[in-house]
Amino acid sequence: MDLSINENIGRNKIHPHKFAVWVGCGSILMMFASLTSAYVVRQSAGNWLEFSLPSIFKVSTLVILLSSLTLHFAYSAFKKEKEAQYKGLLVLTFVLAIMFFVFQYWGWQELAASGVPFTINPSGDFVYIITWFHAAHVVGGLAALTVALIHAFGLKFKPTPKRKLRFELTLTYWHFVDFLWVYLFVFLTLYR
Amino acid sequence: MANVMTAVQDREDQLIEQYGFDDHFHEHEHGDKFKSNFIMKYIFSMDHKIIARQFLITGMIWALIGAGMSIIFRLQLGFPEESLTWLRPLLGKWIEVNPDTGIGKLAPEFYYALVTMHGTIIVFFVLTAGLSGTFSNLLIPLQLGARDMASPLLNMMSYWFFFLASIVMFYSLFLSTGPFSGGWVAYPPLSALEQASDGSGAGMTLWILSLVFFVISVGLGGINYVTTVLNLRTKGMSMWRMPLTIWAFFVTAILGLLSFPVLVSGFLLLMADRSLGTSFYLSEIFIGGQQLDHVGGSPILYQHLFWFLGHPEVYIIILPAMGLTSEVLSVHCRKPIFGYKAMVYSILAIGFLSFIVWAHHMFMSGVNPFISNFFVIFTLIIAVPSAVKVFNWITTIYKSNLRYNTASMFAIGFVSMFISGGLTGIFLGNSAIDIQMHDTYFVVAHFHIVMGVAAFFGMFAGVYHWYPKMFGRFMNETMGKIHFWGTLIGAYAIFWPMHYLGMAGVPRRYYRFDNFDTFSHFSEMNQFITIAAIVTFGFQVLMFVNFFYSIWKGKQVTTKNPWGASTLEWTTPINAGHGNWPGKLPTVHRWAYDYGKNGEEMIPQVEPLRDGETEDH
Repeated sequence: MDLSINENIGRNKIHPHKFAVWVGCGSILMMFASLTSAYVVRQSAGNWLEFSLPSIFKVSTLVILLSSLTLHFAYSAFKKEKEAQYKGLLVLTFVLAIMFFVFQYWGWQELAASGVPFTINPSGDFVYIITWFHAAHVVGGLAALTVALIHAFGLKFKPTPKRKLRFELTLTYWHFVDFLWVYLFVFLTLYR
Repeated sequence: MANVMTAVQDREDQLIEQYGFDDHFHEHEHGDKFKSNFIMKYIFSMDHKIIARQFLITGMIWALIGAGMSIIFRLQLGFPEESLTWLRPLLGKWIEVNPDTGIGKLAPEFYYALVTMHGTIIVFFVLTAGLSGTFSNLLIPLQLGARDMASPLLNMMSYWFFFLASIVMFYSLFLSTGPFSGGWVAYPPLSALEQASDGSGAGMTLWILSLVFFVISVGLGGINYVTTVLNLRTKGMSMWRMPLTIWAFFVTAILGLLSFPVLVSGFLLLMADRSLGTSFYLSEIFIGGQQLDHVGGSPILYQHLFWFLGHPEVYIIILPAMGLTSEVLSVHCRKPIFGYKAMVYSILAIGFLSFIVWAHHMFMSGVNPFISNFFVIFTLIIAVPSAVKVFNWITTIYKSNLRYNTASMFAIGFVSMFISGGLTGIFLGNSAIDIQMHDTYFVVAHFHIVMGVAAFFGMFAGVYHWYPKMFGRFMNETMGKIHFWGTLIGAYAIFWPMHYLGMAGVPRRYYRFDNFDTFSHFSEMNQFITIAAIVTFGFQVLMFVNFFYSIWKGKQVTTKNPWGASTLEWTTPINAGHGNWPGKLPTVHRWAYDYGKNGEEMIPQVEPLRDGETEDH
């Protein structure tokens, strides 16, 4: 049952479900904002191990940025009804998403190997907790991408408004976790 | 009277038919698939009206449990010498019976568990879920002219996450080590070290799990409320035409969405400290001469994260009560709410300020006194929008034709409680006076009156007023009035004396005071408070009886709009189905408070502006 009738009135510029995703993203952002503020507060209290962020995180940043781009083009292809391009780019996005996890995992290993294993000092623990927690939110995005893949290959290609909306929701959330990572990466790089 | 009401009702039906917006809702629906069977209709319902009732009844059950706990620990405080052996059938091993004398005592650790659970249950499960969960769900779609929430599915999940949180918390009450006992604020190290107390082990694990489920519930609900208010208002329902209830729920939802995630972050680090061996909150700690592995953490960090939620949380509790009070007062005074826009701006101002005052809970935790000044100033500034609201409520009542029914009396009671409790807030918000007052019964008195009792009064006003909409029947007025007077007098009898205890320095959270010479002359006052608490609890049981009796046996509602209110929820059928309006959606032509305008008693929101009439507010 579609209860979002009022968009027919013509006042709504945005679908309510999409708006709800935006609100949800804002709420998630507050979690990370509070974690990074806790980081700043804790850092100023001293007893703070100084180290540099694993260089592999730079690669994962590139990978997730790229995945946002490919998903975006997959969406454009979907709208233009270019089926092969849409499916191909969606698969590519999924692969890049998996690669992001692999690079994050290597990043955590590199961090531990460089003398900052978990629980040695809050400065390292913050990096672990924040990046793990971010990864947990990317898992949500991965789930949405999996559903998108199932739809792409399981259903007959038909760009109905409903499927377009669903794609847009996935796209919005994926851009969000991407943006979130960029924020965290820049923050953790600058606040050493 | 009945004829007038029927005339109003016919007029409203005509107006909806004439000006309403046809969304072809019922053609699309092909029979309501959500009502096909009992389970989908009453259990996993997606109808916001059913979900509202689920929140309300779950909240009421928790209220009974939470208040019952307070009776038990009040017995300990009022009568520390008496034997509590008779409570053994209920509390079992938590009543420790001395084998020689046969005298049973409440186990001290269980006293702390009761205090902790009382706070957690009332703050989160009753006054957050039970209050804003109930009325946001009920009123947002109904008063905005929407068929349902933006996402009925998320809305249903919101309730069921709350239910899950309830189950986990309830289960923790029966652990052999007892539920969490380190205070509802769960400060580390009591909450972070399993060996800190009996309840810090499994009890705390379940406590934190339960609250994470609870935050998910608040989040899913809040996303829906905000989205519905901004996107699903019916034609003509501009923001400035929304009833104050909706404004209050809207800002409440925003506060929840911005502050509860911060609590989750705080819990995340707490869980890491508990289970993974990190030291975010744990400094060098020695237990029995042995140093723990933790180094360099700061418990103050947790307090910052907790109170960044904790302070907006008290407005998450009080704003819905304010909204309900405004609406109930205006309807029953038959007058427009005084200063509608000022009310809205006050809600917004309170919402904004609530985010920059959190450290006033931490004046004595070792925060920098210069930083305290900042928080003192903003805390005291909150008195301004609060006073604006109080002034407007009183001015609305002033020279009105007030109908003395239970709903309006509770609304007036809310104003009384809010003034009494708010004034003591000005003392406590001051970091210098807080040196004397902090952690005494003065604080207990303050927050119980201003956010406990006042919020309950707002909730009661709402329940009595919207009961006809929820259940198609009225609650019994006589029992309602007895409930009101009993609760008003009882609540003041409980909490007023606590101010004196606090000013004399009696600390909160203590198990007994009869060992302290300084406080020995307060033992009779403590007895008085306990007796008042028991009697007041009895009046709440009466309310329960009234509530459940009236669901089946109450006086039936015969007209759609029994109170003669102008808002949209009263244009729906008495027992509205899913989708709320049987035909077209109503459209809105004026604000929600046209009472007594141009000599007419009430003009509903669906009535178009007359020739030459201007919309005024």
